[in-house]
Amino acid sequence: MKNRIGLIVGCILIMIWCLLPVAWIISLSFKSESAITNGSPGFFPSDGGGAGWANYQAVWDNEQFRRAIFNSIGISLIATLLSVIVATLAAYAIARLEFRGKKAVLTIALAIAMFPVVSLVGPLFDMWRAIGLYDTWPGLIIPYMSFTLPLAIWTLSAFFREIPWEMEQAAQVDGATSWQAFRKVIVPLAAPGVFTAAILTFFFAWNDFVFGISLTSTENARPIPASLSFFVGSDPFNRPASLLAAGAVIATVPIVVIVLIFQRKIVAGLTSGAVKG
Amino acid sequence: MSAVTAPAPGKQAGKPVVSDRARAETRLGQRLVAPAIVLMLLVTAFPMLRALYLSTFDYALTAPDDRDFVGLSNYLTALTDGLFWRTTLITVLYMVVTVAIELVIGFAFAMVMHRVIFARGVIRTSILIPYGIITVVSGFAWQFAFSFQNGFINGWLPFVGDDFNWFGQTGSAVTAIMVSEIWKTTPFMSLLLLAGLAQVSEDMIEAAKVDGATWTQRLVKVILPNMRAAIMVAVLFRALDAYRIFDNIFVMTAGAVKTESISFLTYRQTIEQFQLGMGSALSVLLFLSVLVVAFLIVKLFRVDLAQARQES
Repeated sequence: MKNRIGLIVGCILIMIWCLLPVAWIISLSFKSESAITNGSPGFFPSDGGGAGWANYQAVWDNEQFRRAIFNSIGISLIATLLSVIVATLAAYAIARLEFRGKKAVLTIALAIAMFPVVSLVGPLFDMWRAIGLYDTWPGLIIPYMSFTLPLAIWTLSAFFREIPWEMEQAAQVDGATSWQAFRKVIVPLAAPGVFTAAILTFFFAWNDFVFGISLTSTENARPIPASLSFFVGSDPFNRPASLLAAGAVIATVPIVVIVLIFQRKIVAGLTSGAVKG
Repeated sequence: MSAVTAPAPGKQAGKPVVSDRARAETRLGQRLVAPAIVLMLLVTAFPMLRALYLSTFDYALTAPDDRDFVGLSNYLTALTDGLFWRTTLITVLYMVVTVAIELVIGFAFAMVMHRVIFARGVIRTSILIPYGIITVVSGFAWQFAFSFQNGFINGWLPFVGDDFNWFGQTGSAVTAIMVSEIWKTTPFMSLLLLAGLAQVSEDMIEAAKVDGATWTQRLVKVILPNMRAAIMVAVLFRALDAYRIFDNIFVMTAGAVKTESISFLTYRQTIEQFQLGMGSALSVLLFLSVLVVAFLIVKLFRVDLAQARQES
C-alpha cells in the first residue's frame, strides 16, 4: 500500500515535470501584449489580460513566420527521406553482410554523433558561400542528412539484426522469387524500424538551431527555430513574449502530435539504438 | 574506409582461401555503406580539415583580400586569452551539473516508470513531450518563466523577491539556463535508464530480497552494477551533448553576464564577427576538447563502447 502511494506521487511528479512548462507557454500565448508589457507576472492570464486567439492570428498573418514553417516542413521532410534511404542501405549491409570496414563504418558514425556541431559552421559557412549553397534548402538538407545518419544507422542496424532473415530463404523454398520473398517477407518486418528511424531523423532536423541560424540569412531557407529566435516585434528591445509564445506553440504542435501518435515506436527506437546488450 | 579489396586470406577461421562468394559479399557491403560514409565525411571530415587550414590565417570575411598566413598565432592568442578559459570552465560547469542532476532525477523517473502498471501509456507519452519540444522553444518558455516582468517563478519561490532579475548576474542566469537544459533532456536520460532497468533480472532482485537485503542494498549491490553499460551510454551521450550547449544560451541570455559557452564563443567569432581564421582555431580547439571529454568518460567507466552498443 505504501508502495502504491509512492508510485502515484511519482507519477504525478513526472506529469508535472513534463507538462508544466508546456501549460505555461500555452497560457502565455493567450495573454495580451499590453498585459505583458505592463508586467503581468503569474501563471494564468490576469482578468482582462487575455487576448483570445489574437496572438495566433498575428503570428499566422506574419509572412516571415509562415515562410519559416514552410521551410522547416520541406527541409526536414526531404532530409528525413534521403537520410533514411541511405541509412537503410548501410544498416542492411551492417546487419546482414560480412565485409571489411564494417567496424570502421560504425566507429565513424559514432564519432559523428558526438561531433560538436558548432565547430563545423565556420568552415561550412565559408564553403557554402563559395559554391552557392549558402541560404538555400540543399545547404541545410546536406548537413541535416549527415548528422542524422549516425542515429538512423545505429537504430536501423540494431533493428535489422532482430529480423529472422532465414524466413526469406524459407519463402524462396516455398516457390517465391527472391524479389517476392524480399518484398512480402522482409519489407513488412523491416518497415516499423525504418519508420522509427524516420521519426527520430525528422525530430533532429526540426529541432536543429545551429545550422539554421548560421547557414541562412533570409527567409529563403531559414527554418522555424532560427526564425523564432530572430523574431522581434515593434519594439526591438522588448521581445514580444506573447507573440513568441504563440509562434512557439504553432511550431511545437506538429511535433507533439507526432509524439502522441507514435510514442511506442519512438521509445523502442531511442532505446534500441542506444542500449542494446 | 579500407580500400575495396578482398578480405585478407585466412582471416575467417576454417576458410584459408577466400571464396568468390565472400569477396562478392564484401564488395556489396562496401557499396551499400559508401553513400552514407561519403555524406558523413563530406560534412564533417572535409570542413574540419578546412578549419585546420583556415586557422593558420589571419582571415576576416570583412576583408577577404588581407589573408595573412600567421601559423599557430591564432591558437596562441586563444589559449592565452582569459575569455577562452572562462568559457571552457563555464561549459564544464554546465556539463557536470546538468548531467549529475539529470542522472539522479532520470533514474528516479525510470524507477517509477518501471514499476508503474496503471497509466503506463500516458506517462510514457508525456515523458516524450519535453524530448519533442524544440530547444529554442523550451529556452523561451523558461526565459519568460524566470522573467520578473511577466514570469511566475519569482511569485512561486518564497526566498526570492518579486523583482529579482535572474538574468542580471552570472550565477542566477546560469541556473536558469541549466533548468531549461535539465527539463528538456532528463526524459531522454530516463528512457535510456529505463531500458537498462528492464534488463536487470527480476529473479536476482527477488533473491536479494529473500536473503534479507534492504532496499538500498538491493539498489547499490544488485540493480546499479547490472545497469553499468546503460548508465555509461546515457552519461556519455548526455555529457557530450551538454558540452555543446548553445541553443539555450543563445535564446536566454545571448551570452550576456558571462554565461557564454565555448560553442557560443566559437559561433560569435565566426558567424557574427566574420573572423574566420580565429573562429576556425576555436573550432579546432572545441573539437579537441570534446575528444578529451569523451576520452575521459570512456576511461572513467572502462567500457568498450562499440561492444556495449553492438555485439554484446
